[in-house]
Amino acid sequence: MRTSDTTAAEESRAEADTVRGAGALLQTWRLLRRDQLGMLGLVLVVIMVGSAIFADLIVPYDPTQIMVGPRMAPPSWDHLLGTDHLGRDTLSRVIAGGQVAFLVALASLGAALSFGLLLGLTAGFGPQWLDNGFLLLFDGVRAFPVIIFGLATVTLLGPSLWTVIFVVAVTSIPIYARIVRTQTQAMKNNEFIVAERAMGAGTPRILGVHVLPNVIGPLLILASMDVPLVITTEAGLSFLGMGVRPPTPSWGTILNDGYSYIRNSPWPVIAGGIPIVITTLGFTFLGEALRDIFDPKLRKDL
Amino acid sequence: MSDLLTVRDLRVRFRVASPVKALMTGMKDPFIDAVCGVDFGIAEGETLGLVGESGSGKSTIARAVMGLVPAASGSVTFDGQQLVGLPNRQFNRVRRDLAMMFQDPVGSLSPRLTIRSLVTEPFRIHGAGDRELDQEAKRLLEMVGLSADFGRRFPHQLSGGQARRVGVARALAMDPKLIIADEPTAGLDVSVQGEVLNLLARLQRELGLSILIITHNLNVVRHITDRMAIMYLGRFVEHGPTEQVFHHPRHPYTEALLSANPEPDPDAASSRVEISGEVPSLMNRPTGCEFHTRCPYVGDRCRHEAPPVTQDDHGRAFTCHYPLGDRQAAE
Repeated sequence: MRTSDTTAAEESRAEADTVRGAGALLQTWRLLRRDQLGMLGLVLVVIMVGSAIFADLIVPYDPTQIMVGPRMAPPSWDHLLGTDHLGRDTLSRVIAGGQVAFLVALASLGAALSFGLLLGLTAGFGPQWLDNGFLLLFDGVRAFPVIIFGLATVTLLGPSLWTVIFVVAVTSIPIYARIVRTQTQAMKNNEFIVAERAMGAGTPRILGVHVLPNVIGPLLILASMDVPLVITTEAGLSFLGMGVRPPTPSWGTILNDGYSYIRNSPWPVIAGGIPIVITTLGFTFLGEALRDIFDPKLRKDL
Repeated sequence: MSDLLTVRDLRVRFRVASPVKALMTGMKDPFIDAVCGVDFGIAEGETLGLVGESGSGKSTIARAVMGLVPAASGSVTFDGQQLVGLPNRQFNRVRRDLAMMFQDPVGSLSPRLTIRSLVTEPFRIHGAGDRELDQEAKRLLEMVGLSADFGRRFPHQLSGGQARRVGVARALAMDPKLIIADEPTAGLDVSVQGEVLNLLARLQRELGLSILIITHNLNVVRHITDRMAIMYLGRFVEHGPTEQVFHHPRHPYTEALLSANPEPDPDAASSRVEISGEVPSLMNRPTGCEFHTRCPYVGDRCRHEAPPVTQDDHGRAFTCHYPLGDRQAAE
């Protein structure tokens, strides 16, 4: 049977990963354990992501259920973070809001990563005119401020979760694409790439098997450090009423609701702000620790 | 001719200024000729050595033959097929029979692949994936004297000599007819150089390969080549059977190059021919004989008139108005 390029690519990549994977993972874990801030970041990330994944199981109340009970209540044993202006349990809303935040982060960063990789590899490996064209496009997109671009898009497409994802993806693609392009270009004239060409390897194979594994690592770390950025963008758009529609809970809408009633009770604003702070800190600490581990030039202990 | 590889009047040009810049600065010819009208042939089972200073165009010839840089004019015929101007898709088919080893032993191996993947890479590229790749990897590694355990390692875990052997194994994977070895001994210590050269010589005997070897190490040339060509500024100044060239150089540049090679015997009488000056820029080639700016025997004629290629009956060719043997005979 003839093995096609793509399966061969996956095969050899999987092969490289399994051989090195175990050792490298263990090594990473050992280095990460020595980094206290990194460990703190990991714990925070695990807590936040875990609570979002299992939100349906752990929420004490239905986050959208309007209850006949105390409204704008301060924290109590019944409602650990109090209730909002409609009597909904704030803790449940915060936990469920994490789902929206991480869905947006995952979907938009996933899209941005894959398109960024594709465009970056094409620009870096393709002919000069294509590279120039892509650069112009990237810089053009990046010239828009994210929130303004978001507002304009929401006005055109209507507010929804998918609009938020679209906005974040479109504004992040040029950042990833530029990084991939630069690295690809630096690698293009490396001897091992020329050697592949001399053996008769086609461009898809060179890019998939030989260039991609060398650029993906730093890119993933960058993406993990971008998670807080995406989450705050989502919260910001939701706060402005341009993100998810009520009654779906999102950290941004919780903040917005709390903001309207801040004279009555500070608790909703505090409850909406804490998860954003925790997530931001967690991903930043973790991302920095991983960057220090994988980028030997910045590593201090070597 | 029955040569496996025939190169006729090969010329490779590189652009040195963009069209706009050339127009603005009034540059008439924004190109340099890195290789400038080179002729040679390699018969089956033969080894040809290309020698010359850095920047003389040796590697460019190799890359032009491999189709990695486009030839501006001339012809490259391999196994009866014209390679210049061949579309990439068809060229890739030729690349089964034409293998190249690159200068940097570790740097020419893709860093994220295992040695096993690297030596079997040609099979995957050429769609020969039905072969038992593990068996092939083992066979190839054993052929170059590495144990099969090396298959699990990564390039950065190898020494220069081991990586070079992997390069040889990879070049041999598809049973090529011609191997182009670009500085196969660069960056290796002397004992490993010897091992690699003996390995190449042994494989050539066993497999009947033709080899084009590019080096500036004259001992390597003498050790393994049948014929050699000396390059200066992208042209061959002398070309002939290796032993003859070593014993009896005809071109003054060859003489200077050979005498610059250190003798292992400290008592040997040193008769060093010094040449002065720097290699002229390719942007600004000297008139007449291009070596006249540095030639110790320069005459008036050399400054104005480019010497033609002189062929003699022993398969020697050189470009000099006053070749060395003739001058001594006249005196």
